[in-house]
Amino acid sequence: MASPDLRVEPASTKVSRTILREHIVEIVSDSGEGAQKAGQSFGSVCAKMGNGVWTVEIIPADIQPPPRTKESVSGIRIRLGAGKITNMGDEADIVVAFNEIAPYARIEQDAYKKGTKMLIESMWANHSDPSVQQSYARAVEDYKARGFVVYEVPMEEECLKIVPDAKRGKNMWVLGLLTQLYNRSLEIAEEQVRMTFRKKSQSVIDINLKLLHGGYEWAGQNLDFLYDIPAVESGQDLVVMNGNEALSLGVLASGIEVCSMYPITPATSASHHLAECFEKAGGLVHQAEDEIAAIGFAIGCSYAGRPAVTITSGPGIALKTEFMGLAGMAEVPLVIIDVQRGGPSTGLPTKVEQSDLLAVLYGQPGDTTKIVLAPSSIEECFQFVVLARQIAEAFRTPVIILSDANLATGVQPFTRPKPKAEWLAPPVDLSPWKKDIRPYEWDEQTGLSKRPVPGQEGGMFTLTGLNHSEEGRVSYLGTVNQHGAKMRSRKLAAFGRTLKPPQVHGDESGDLLLVGWGSTRGAIEEAVDRARETGASVSSLHLHFLNPMEPGLKEIFARFKKVMTVEINYSDDWNDPLITRENRRYAQLAWVLRAQTLTDVDCFSNVLGQPLRPRQIFEMIQEELNLKNN
Amino acid sequence: MYGLKLDYCAIDVPDKYYTTSDYEKGTARWCPGCGDHSVLSAVQRLCQEKQLPPEKTVFVSGIGCSSRFPHYMKTYGFHGLHGRAFPVAEGVKFRRPDLDVFVVTGDGDCCSIGAGHWIHAIRYNLNITVLLFDNQIYGMTKKQTSPTSPIGTLSNTHPHGSVLPPINPIQTTLGVSNVSFVAQTADWMPGHLYATIKAAHEHQGFSFVKVMMRCPKFMQEQAKALVADREHITMLTHENGIQVDEATAALFMHKQDHDPTNIGKAREYSEDPNMYYLGLYYQDKTAPRYDLYGAHNLGFTAAQKLEAINAELDRFAV
Ligand SMILES: Cc1ncc(C[n+]2csc(CCOP(=O)(O)OP(=O)(O)O)c2C)c(N)n1
Ligand code: SF4
Ligand SMILES: [Mg+2]
Repeated sequence: MASPDLRVEPASTKVSRTILREHIVEIVSDSGEGAQKAGQSFGSVCAKMGNGVWTVEIIPADIQPPPRTKESVSGIRIRLGAGKITNMGDEADIVVAFNEIAPYARIEQDAYKKGTKMLIESMWANHSDPSVQQSYARAVEDYKARGFVVYEVPMEEECLKIVPDAKRGKNMWVLGLLTQLYNRSLEIAEEQVRMTFRKKSQSVIDINLKLLHGGYEWAGQNLDFLYDIPAVESGQDLVVMNGNEALSLGVLASGIEVCSMYPITPATSASHHLAECFEKAGGLVHQAEDEIAAIGFAIGCSYAGRPAVTITSGPGIALKTEFMGLAGMAEVPLVIIDVQRGGPSTGLPTKVEQSDLLAVLYGQPGDTTKIVLAPSSIEECFQFVVLARQIAEAFRTPVIILSDANLATGVQPFTRPKPKAEWLAPPVDLSPWKKDIRPYEWDEQTGLSKRPVPGQEGGMFTLTGLNHSEEGRVSYLGTVNQHGAKMRSRKLAAFGRTLKPPQVHGDESGDLLLVGWGSTRGAIEEAVDRARETGASVSSLHLHFLNPMEPGLKEIFARFKKVMTVEINYSDDWNDPLITRENRRYAQLAWVLRAQTLTDVDCFSNVLGQPLRPRQIFEMIQEELNLKNN
Repeated sequence: MYGLKLDYCAIDVPDKYYTTSDYEKGTARWCPGCGDHSVLSAVQRLCQEKQLPPEKTVFVSGIGCSSRFPHYMKTYGFHGLHGRAFPVAEGVKFRRPDLDVFVVTGDGDCCSIGAGHWIHAIRYNLNITVLLFDNQIYGMTKKQTSPTSPIGTLSNTHPHGSVLPPINPIQTTLGVSNVSFVAQTADWMPGHLYATIKAAHEHQGFSFVKVMMRCPKFMQEQAKALVADREHITMLTHENGIQVDEATAALFMHKQDHDPTNIGKAREYSEDPNMYYLGLYYQDKTAPRYDLYGAHNLGFTAAQKLEAINAELDRFAV
């Protein structure tokens, strides 16, 4: 509890509040100044009040960048709204900057627009070093010239009234400022501060509460603009986390006991989190010597009846291909998670891209059967692991989950899952194997078979990656190979039968249908909604299952004049030199859909390393539809 | 009377008694005279003598002539990828302490394509028994140079003789930290072979046995020379080493007493260019074992797991 002298009267404010539907705030600082903590806390406060929220961290490009440089920018974007927020949105409305350099890093990424309000720490104006003073003055002028609205905020000065060293408390002061700016509940913010510092001493908590109040009061008395974003409390319990945390909680909830991995950005943090949780849930992270060993180890676990997952990113997927083939051929259940990043090769390790689709679908030499899923939200990151483990076991197959850096780092509240005992993998079956059942006794209708697990008396067989008969014996007969391939393929067909046709977002027919997969869903649907408000005949459809695909696509596509995918991977532009209808390289899902549906599917894609913004898609829709009207 | 369960019999007969045939499957398809046959017999004998339940025994291999081994064992088997037997075997053992895991690998499989896994497998020190079938050549793919081929070996990839000195698997294994059991034996000395595999199996940790192997198909000259050459083979002896019967001991012209805790001496013997030492080079029964780590939090009930998951979800609750 806060001591009584910390209580403040709700600050009287000079201006009346503007009611907003949504807003985007960024806090940028040098790393170590706590911008991210302030932003996460603010996001949690908003989520608690019932607002839709999406936060995403801005991570410095280098490990030890010098302070007050573009490279050292660390921060966070918080998009909050009255309704559900599904993506990081377009340009920011408000920026809180701890120094005058930080915003430049974001300007390079088109994060701001004319009219963006910049609240800049003003202490640099009076810095002892004249070159800093000059830099500050130049930046402020430049920002004004660029059309930003600059507010010079005496953060340090105000904090020093509360604490002797403002360096470490400024972030909570900023939390107070934002709490006032958006009319958040001060009580919930206080609760959040206590939560954040729960492992610290009472005096630390008290100081931070004072800073929170300081920022809150200052904003009330000094800002000439204040907002409110109405929220509806859902009454449901919520959790808020990023996609990698959701993946790792999904692993726990699925009963998977082993995560075998080799560190790679942006996948690794999922296993960090798991390594912590497994101690209490009964499981282990195995850090293998490389990605090949990581998947081999996972396959060994799973073969021995302990469900396992291997988590990686593109370069790791490349190394795992041979073992993926073995898991497909020998029918070993396995969950493989690919948190995609920019490629090829080492590419853009921390950036967003969806370029592994074709590699995952077709990248393993030979015909490797597998099931591929792509979550489109943080919540689905959780759910799809539970689902994937069950599918892997039931269909005796590798299952690949395609996440990406956007989901990995995006933070979003969702209804708290209620884990169930039946989600957990059952204990290893050590009952004797029924004598007359063969280790690959494929059901002709479904291709399904039961597998004996070491320890089961009477079930002994030698698993092999060579072509094998139903008895599990090596065979060089073409007919046996044909039959095995057919049975493995039939499993996919059987699994496909369990899928429903995807829901169209918007009208069931029209001029334009956008098709997406994975993390782009929020941005695509938001753009479609905006365009539809302007009267555009556009709908969208999002695929969650990429192999086999959800049924009925051809029929849905036929109801639209034009179909195009929206993806974050490379495609040639129609206007590029040398590009013709025949040699154009399409975006990855577009290739697949063209082949699968014989529809002339176009695509909109880029590899700019960023999540797609609703505005980009909205403008593309307008262009597409206008072009057609001409 | 074993195998019978007689109502009127007062003595305790085990439920199951396994005969050698309980471990035999099919007809091994190796060339006549191939060393792999002898190891198969020795391993089947070990299984029978130790009465290893076939359903609790797993043979993991890579790809090569030698890696066909699991197909001839009536136990569980995993005939996986070229060079990748170690990671798979580690995964099998990691959370299944009840399983007895063997790895069978060839010189190409282990020391070339799988070399990275080999080094790490030594360090992980899981309780598994490893048999390196070192025929100094690629058998399966028809006579290419192996990393263990002696310099000058005529092969299809080096028709004028291989040009690099070979990797010495014993030396390499002894050089890796956390090494816990290193022995060498030869396929043509069944008594020594059996005693070595048995000692390896009894060791609680990563037991690495290099079996000098004849490939009469592609290395006939070398195989013949090796078997005939008693001058350059020494048996390591010690009370804590590998114990063989008198007849086997009599096959050796030279014997050398060697304390298997002495890693310096072990390395010295492994590097002797003029002598092959058979027997136990090194054993450390105290080296940390990764399989014990793997099994340390097994057996959580569904209720315990759900409690942990819910506690974790609480941390993310708003
Ligand atoms: C990835 C891969 N590369 C190459 C091969 C071809 N290949 C099969 S066995 C083998 C060499 C086997 O030599 P070794 O391990 O010494 O076993 P041996 O046949 O001598 O017992 C090779 C190169 C393969 N199966 N997989
Ligand atoms: S080729 Fe050599 S190693 Fe292979 S089975 Fe024949 S003799 Fe044995
Ligand atoms: Mg060989």
